[in-house]
Amino acid sequence: MDAISTESLTKHYHVGFWRPRPYLALDGLSLSVRQGEVFGFLGPNGAGKTTTLKLLMQLIYPTSGRAEILGKPVGDVGVKRRIGYLPENPYFYDHLTAEELLEYFAGLFGYSGQDRRRRIEMLLDEVGIGPERRLQLRKFSKGMLQRVGIAQSLINDPEVVFFDEPMSGLDPLGRREIRHLILKLRDRGCTVFFSSHVLSDAETLCSRVAVLAGGRLVAAGDLSELLAFQVRGWEIVVVGLTDSDLEKLKTDGVVTHAIPLGPQRFALDLPLTVEPARLATSLTAQGVQLVSINPVRETLEDFFVRQIGTAPKDRGLGTVAR
Amino acid sequence: MRTIRHVAVNVFKECVRDKVLYNLVAFASLLIAVSYLLGQLTAGQDVKIVKDLGLAAIAIFGLLISVFIGIGLVWKEVERRSIYGLLSKPIRRSEFIIGKYAGLALTLFVNVAVMTVVFYAVLAYLNTQFPEVVRTAWPAPATDPGMLRAIVLIFVELLLVTAIALFFSTFSSPFLSAALTCGLWVIGHFNADLRNFEAVVESRPAALLARGLYYILPNFAAFDIKNQVVHALPVPAGYVVTTALYGCVYIALLITGAVAIFSRRDFK
Repeated sequence: MDAISTESLTKHYHVGFWRPRPYLALDGLSLSVRQGEVFGFLGPNGAGKTTTLKLLMQLIYPTSGRAEILGKPVGDVGVKRRIGYLPENPYFYDHLTAEELLEYFAGLFGYSGQDRRRRIEMLLDEVGIGPERRLQLRKFSKGMLQRVGIAQSLINDPEVVFFDEPMSGLDPLGRREIRHLILKLRDRGCTVFFSSHVLSDAETLCSRVAVLAGGRLVAAGDLSELLAFQVRGWEIVVVGLTDSDLEKLKTDGVVTHAIPLGPQRFALDLPLTVEPARLATSLTAQGVQLVSINPVRETLEDFFVRQIGTAPKDRGLGTVAR
Repeated sequence: MRTIRHVAVNVFKECVRDKVLYNLVAFASLLIAVSYLLGQLTAGQDVKIVKDLGLAAIAIFGLLISVFIGIGLVWKEVERRSIYGLLSKPIRRSEFIIGKYAGLALTLFVNVAVMTVVFYAVLAYLNTQFPEVVRTAWPAPATDPGMLRAIVLIFVELLLVTAIALFFSTFSSPFLSAALTCGLWVIGHFNADLRNFEAVVESRPAALLARGLYYILPNFAAFDIKNQVVHALPVPAGYVVTTALYGCVYIALLITGAVAIFSRRDFK
């Protein structure tokens, strides 16, 4: 059983007051997320990430298609007992303290007494909320609200947790702590589904990703599969290369780019067509010392930009209606 | 049921922390100040005026809370997006609406109860300020328990106003909700005129429309028995029970409507 599965999930909105026009927020999303994995849901602003998360939380209803969490339709109260959700830029009740908010939410799951207090203490410690936990939330900064938001999403020890931009508003230390927390959740067997703009986080944390653009899924799969064979060239570091030899290599098209690292020390970018072993032999024969040789792999950022660049831009139903 | 209670307690806590109960201080101050001033200015009518003013103040203070808190109950949650976190928890949308309503009803109950205690305390004090011969001339004792019937109906009226405000707040802005709720409250107090509209117009469709509106719109005038209790006129218990039941049925219909609208709503 998949942790999350969607089939042709579609959402249209109507925009404009006098002459409402249909706007395609999500177009036929079919996706499955396995249990226990950290799944990255990536895409530029307005791609449909938050729309998808809202559909999964049943904060909005789909125009067509279906979605299931842990094998049950979304919105099922039994399923809600087993999941956690951090909304984008979370906002909670001003009049409550962080502790009281968690008590409120814990009560909805039926936690009470010592058990509830212990869990709240542990979660607030885990997200780095100290003595300020007794302050009303109206006094909290954006980053602190984000931490409280993460704590409330974990109040029921969920099997599947949905994070909408979890790193938003956090300082570098906070980001690192949340990265560790996500990995800890994964190690506990929890499925983590998170949307993010921060590709380095996705690259560090995710086993699989989906890329959304213009309301459509443009790529999905194992991160290693998506990027594995996308070697786009080689980088070699050499010592003892003269400027004239470098110029010759550039003229012959063997080197596309050279970064000076020190006297006669360069990092050289080679196109994929050049065989690095042969070049290394030839350079060594000229007295040049080879320091390192590495394939230049496509990063998630490169992949992302390439996918987004080819995605359709039109969101009006007039041109994409089926 | 536990979920509804949980939401209701949170609403009550929010009202307390937002200093809604401060109105009780204003109410007590007003009543004590007026009693003192009347003692200086009038003779013999003090108790009747305090009764009139006290009951009217309970109704008005309650009405302000019902309308201005009621219209924000749902709207604030949606506008500030706190509803996102809440609805992802094991709670049905119907439980959310009923819990919100119950929370404000609890706040109103505490308000009306405390105002009633203050009201009777001021009247009890005034009672001690008059000689026996004056007191026997009053149509009813200063602390006449019969006034509780008016207060019960004021409370039911406030619950109905809250239900109307909540109903509108599930789909419209606070300004519009406040305007519509106040509009209905005003029309509801002149409901009897709609019933007799056919006597003053010749147009049959207009008369039918007025008669239809009479049956559809809430009859707030029915809840107003303040004059009767102040003048110690008889108000049968059956009337109070039937009117309260009428209010409860109306409230149930409004909450059902609010749940139906809210359950289909998208939170964009």
